[in-house]
Amino acid sequence: MTTVVGARPRRADRGSGRVAPGSGRGVRAGGEAAARRRDGAWPWLFVGPLMLGIAVFYLWPIIQTLYYSFTEWGVFGGTTWIGGANYTRMITDPDLLSSLGNTVLYTAIVLLGVPIAVGLASLLNLPGLRFAAVYRVLYFLPYVAMPTAVAMVWRMIFNGDHGILNWVLGLVGIDGPYWISTPGWAITAVAIVGLWSSLGFSMIVLAAGLKAIPDELYEAAQLDGASRWRQFRSITVPLLAPSIVFVSIVTVIGSFQLFDLLYAIMGASNPALPKSMSLVYWFYQAGFVDNEKGYAAAIAMLIFVLIGVVTLIQVRLQRKWVSND
Amino acid sequence: MSRSPSNSRSTRSALRLAITAAVSASVLALVAACSSGGGSGGGADADYTPPAKDLSAKITYAYWDATQTKAIKENIAGFNEEYPNIKVNLDVTPWETYWTKIQTQASSNTLPDLFWLNGPNFQLYASNGKVAPITSQVKGGYIDPKNYPESLVKLYNLDGMQYGVPKDFDTIGLWYNKDLFAKAGVAEPTADWTWADLSTAANTISSKLKGDGVYGVAGGMDGQTTYYNTIFQAGGSVVDGTKSGYGDAATQKGLEFWTDLIKSGASPTMQQLTDTPGDQWFTSGKVAMYYGGSWFRAALSDAPVKDAVQVAPLPKGEKQATVIHGVANVVAANSKNAQAARALQNYLASEKAQKQQGDAGSIIPAFTGTQQAFADSLPGVDLKVFLDAVDYSVPLPVSKNSAAWNALETKLLPDAFSGDKSVKSVGDDLAKQMDADLAKEK
Repeated sequence: MTTVVGARPRRADRGSGRVAPGSGRGVRAGGEAAARRRDGAWPWLFVGPLMLGIAVFYLWPIIQTLYYSFTEWGVFGGTTWIGGANYTRMITDPDLLSSLGNTVLYTAIVLLGVPIAVGLASLLNLPGLRFAAVYRVLYFLPYVAMPTAVAMVWRMIFNGDHGILNWVLGLVGIDGPYWISTPGWAITAVAIVGLWSSLGFSMIVLAAGLKAIPDELYEAAQLDGASRWRQFRSITVPLLAPSIVFVSIVTVIGSFQLFDLLYAIMGASNPALPKSMSLVYWFYQAGFVDNEKGYAAAIAMLIFVLIGVVTLIQVRLQRKWVSND
Repeated sequence: MSRSPSNSRSTRSALRLAITAAVSASVLALVAACSSGGGSGGGADADYTPPAKDLSAKITYAYWDATQTKAIKENIAGFNEEYPNIKVNLDVTPWETYWTKIQTQASSNTLPDLFWLNGPNFQLYASNGKVAPITSQVKGGYIDPKNYPESLVKLYNLDGMQYGVPKDFDTIGLWYNKDLFAKAGVAEPTADWTWADLSTAANTISSKLKGDGVYGVAGGMDGQTTYYNTIFQAGGSVVDGTKSGYGDAATQKGLEFWTDLIKSGASPTMQQLTDTPGDQWFTSGKVAMYYGGSWFRAALSDAPVKDAVQVAPLPKGEKQATVIHGVANVVAANSKNAQAARALQNYLASEKAQKQQGDAGSIIPAFTGTQQAFADSLPGVDLKVFLDAVDYSVPLPVSKNSAAWNALETKLLPDAFSGDKSVKSVGDDLAKQMDADLAKEK
């Protein structure tokens, strides 16, 4: 690799020792490419084990899945090449639109958690708040709780006849729906739980972001007579933007993978489930219920591409929103 | 990941890292599920001859119901009296993951030597040559299919070849709550009841006990315990060879039995039954009648209503019918110790082992004449109903890929139960989609 002879004398200038740590910054002026050439195969040796892991456990399966998406896969193995048939079938499958719609609806509702988390994080960050640590733990608990356990509790809360949610709604004169057994309401109900359990993580990330905003800015704003709300709008939100974008992206990726929460809250025999399928549930249905793993592989590729595209768009938008680079 | 975002460069890279990790993890999760399979297996073709008494072998016996472990251990102890050197390793996997595991093992030809198979999955494994037929054991007189319920023996027969005999069975009966009948002043069900009798009683109870939130009967959300039974009673069918039966007028009549009960308020609505399943309505004394399997007995032992419970045969439609199902022990086609596994298969099917199973009390053993222990297990409750039902029983409808059209049933039938669409339009639509799935099985 290091065949560029011209690079060598410069290294000799520095003496016979290896390039000391920290010298990288100095080298940067000379161009990273030159630095790379000088290091030879060493960096590859260091990242090798990691790359090997990624290749074996990530890249290779992706390539395999891509291959299988063009095949028909028997229940007990054995594949037949069928070209793009899985993909043409997917486009005409009514489950595509409905599961995509449900996933987007779910994601949209869970994303509402981001502004809520911003509000909660800044409240928790208020100077002089007592027991802040306790609140932080309380909000973070749902994030570490087991999804199935969470689901069981919410199932009871959502119960149409005996659930506490409808009882509370009844107190204010609202006749609540059968949350988890009515198509439409069901995905909303699951999204409410998703929002609730993602709050903790978003809040911790945002709280860390808040801590990094220098107090001097607020002091200066206060001297200028800015109200708390004005400070929040003009200092907190813009300086927090990188964290907000990060949290949003992670939330969207997580939401597109909705499966376990939906499965656990609704239950496999729920009559509303076929109309409340998420993309990943559709994949599961095709691969493990209908035993059509080739078709399932095609759905998996679709989900992969979708998440990739949505994330790319978000990162592009982030460049616009986040000004202080 | 949540390092100080004030430094935008570190945020950027953390962000990028997190995105890469999250995206790849998502794909990994999806892909891991699709790990590769192997070719097909042969073997275990040799005729069965009883192994030498001192045969030394290690075999694995896989099943899903941990509550039966005690009875199975007794069975194995009995088996070891005959074959002391065959070591049987028990492999219990909970129901939720059992089929994924067995399917993976079948793909890589590493199936346990002997394992439980149920009706809906049987044809899939038999038609792919994953399990060995018992032809030579039957020929040699080691297993006699006549000793087990005929309709259930048929369930484990594919293209004239027998692959196993049932180890246990369950049938469906009409469980009812005597107290609620007395309270509503309605006569209790009898063995001569017809659909009309049930419908009248259920509607009366629902209207008289409305104030208590009590309904007459829990409607049909599940095939095996509810609508399959009424479909057969109406003279219809679910799957007939390679054709769906849901387009038939008789089949649709069997479904209408339930939609009518839901529409008239004799039963809670579909949504109420989803939020709180029928068995819970019954055990908490909120429905008077419940179509339930013989296994429901276990749920009653500590239920609040246990002293008021009685059971009757299912009411007749055009004819009398109940769904019967049961698990079978099958030998893996590529078992390396096929002879030892078959010896155990034979032993487990024997009268002695079956009686042990029955006495342990959790199931109804399939061997005719070993079921007395079950009949006596709930004093005062006429559990014999479930044994007598064998005479008019119909096997659980299955095909090579039952799971595919079972999913269609769960997907389409709710529109009929909720009253959004007519039974005819739902039935016709289901028949069409199901026929397409059945055609793919060939």
